[in-house]
Amino acid sequence: MAISADNHGLRLVVRYAVLTLIAIIFIFPLVFMVMSSLKPDQQLLADTASLRAFLPVGDISLDNYWAAFKRAPVALFVMNSIIVTGVTVALSLFFCSTAAFAFVFINWRGRDVILSIILATLIVPFETIAIPLLLISSKLPWIGLDGVTFGWLNSYRVQIIPFIVDGLTIFLFVQFFKDLPSELIEAARVEGASWFQIYRRIVMPLSGPVLATAAILKFLVMYNQYLWPLMVVQEEGYRPVMVGLQYFFQLNRAWGEIMAYLSMITVPVLAFYLYLQKAFIASIASTGVKG
Amino acid sequence: MASQFLKSNRTGWLMAGPAAFLIGMFIILPFVFAIILSFTNQRLISPNPTEFTGLSNYRQLLSVATLTLDPIKDAAGVMQKAADGTLEYPAIRSFTRGNPDFAHLAGMREWFSFGWGESRTYVLARDVVFLTALVNTFIFVLVVAPVQGALALGLALLINQKMRGINVFRTIYFMPVVVSIVVVSLLWRFIYDGDSGLLNNLLGAISFGAIPRVDWLGNPNTALGAIMAMSIWQAVGFHMVIWLSGLQTISPTLYEAGAIEGATKWQSFRYITWPGLKNTAILVLIVITMQAFAVFAQIDVMTNGGPLDSTQTIVFQAIERGYGKQDISGGSTISVILFVLVLSISLFQRWITRERP
Repeated sequence: MAISADNHGLRLVVRYAVLTLIAIIFIFPLVFMVMSSLKPDQQLLADTASLRAFLPVGDISLDNYWAAFKRAPVALFVMNSIIVTGVTVALSLFFCSTAAFAFVFINWRGRDVILSIILATLIVPFETIAIPLLLISSKLPWIGLDGVTFGWLNSYRVQIIPFIVDGLTIFLFVQFFKDLPSELIEAARVEGASWFQIYRRIVMPLSGPVLATAAILKFLVMYNQYLWPLMVVQEEGYRPVMVGLQYFFQLNRAWGEIMAYLSMITVPVLAFYLYLQKAFIASIASTGVKG
Repeated sequence: MASQFLKSNRTGWLMAGPAAFLIGMFIILPFVFAIILSFTNQRLISPNPTEFTGLSNYRQLLSVATLTLDPIKDAAGVMQKAADGTLEYPAIRSFTRGNPDFAHLAGMREWFSFGWGESRTYVLARDVVFLTALVNTFIFVLVVAPVQGALALGLALLINQKMRGINVFRTIYFMPVVVSIVVVSLLWRFIYDGDSGLLNNLLGAISFGAIPRVDWLGNPNTALGAIMAMSIWQAVGFHMVIWLSGLQTISPTLYEAGAIEGATKWQSFRYITWPGLKNTAILVLIVITMQAFAVFAQIDVMTNGGPLDSTQTIVFQAIERGYGKQDISGGSTISVILFVLVLSISLFQRWITRERP
């Protein structure tokens, strides 16, 4: 009896050891990033030779952060990213959920064809349409304060509007709505509720989980956008954080400042993730249930 | 079936119309444009009108020809040898430049060559860089898809145990997924650095200096492999979660029945877990393949396609031409080729994994 208990204990220790070792593999670059952001360049490079690279030791300060703010308009980049990400997520939730509502609950001519075309776009990787989309965006009209202008380059709208609706988000809402009891909708109709009332007062209050999923997925995609803003935003005023990174590679390269900038744009997202980790993981998992 | 209360053409179009319009405008239209533009000479800004040029973009990218040459012999028929003892062959240039007898080779460059007895076969291509990118992308997909899929499954099985604190490990394994690939790529430049890189220091420490330092990203033999390893590291948590959700759909009663029958761990994996994961496997494979074909940011941040084009990829080429050189038609043509590849491979994967009667 005692032997088997020991055996069990040993196996448990081995298991935890394996799990911990793997955890170190996944986390060490992030620890390195944060620790390095606190060190002067010379020490940062010297420390890579030992475990000191992962420890807050030596000459620790926030100097790199101040220097990063001096070198680039960091606050502007962060604000641009928040505007682009926030507006896109909000509009995406509204337009994708109303569309999915129409696809699932309303019977209208053309419904099935439109839905299957939208779902077919799931197999078109963004990278294959980026170049023609660049051409189209450079010519599109816009009605603004100074009348009709052509060309969307260097603006918020070019970073927002093309990404509001996508096949995956619509798919997630459609799957979720299909599991809601349709009798509920029909009963409300019979009692004279308008479609918009049903959407707002019955369906949306039940849709917490799918709204969270869609918002998290959109947030990750939008905040981490790189290729598209790289192509369409040359003006500093509209640059998001990932493209703002380029500032740190011009002229003299200061690794401490780069690490400070990376920490500033990454740690808030990681904190957000740790706070909501169940919802984050559930949102990725729900993309997998289509089978 | 549906009651008349649920019918409304007007509301249906009103609610789905905006989404349908946006998809049409920003996904379908550019997609159709990509196909049309690939048959033209469109540039982003050009003084000349756009012309229809047929298949010339595709021909430019994909033309390959072979040329087999015999060694140079002197008047007596003796083969000439270079100073280092290798056989000498006529210059490729004399065939690909201004040679009317070999007009179809005009403008081509040597891609690679191999010896065949005394003679040597040269594979020539009009666009060597693009074909290198194509091959690199295939290598990337063929390595990353199975390795990432398998490692993700291994992690999912490891995480799918009932142990105290297991959620902490799951949270950590998933962490790199929420970090931007741009940030990750920059961090890994430190790991791969030739002088003070963390990887070199680690290898040096565990081998007491026996393993020489390698400039992982600066060496054409290791650069692509280094980028593949990092890409696997970054996204493996994503697929772990998808595998996990598949694992959780398998009924525990099956495992109980297996345990009663005396199934070993391997048997219960082989006959219960794996069959139950079939749909998940197809999904994971298709998603990884699509993501791997689209590899761009890593290349852009870490190597810019170098050294010696060893990390060129299809999307990197599409962007470099379509955006960098403002050659919209060239970039579109590469995009269309990419789409055809992704589509045919996912159809092939579906066919391979189809339900057999």
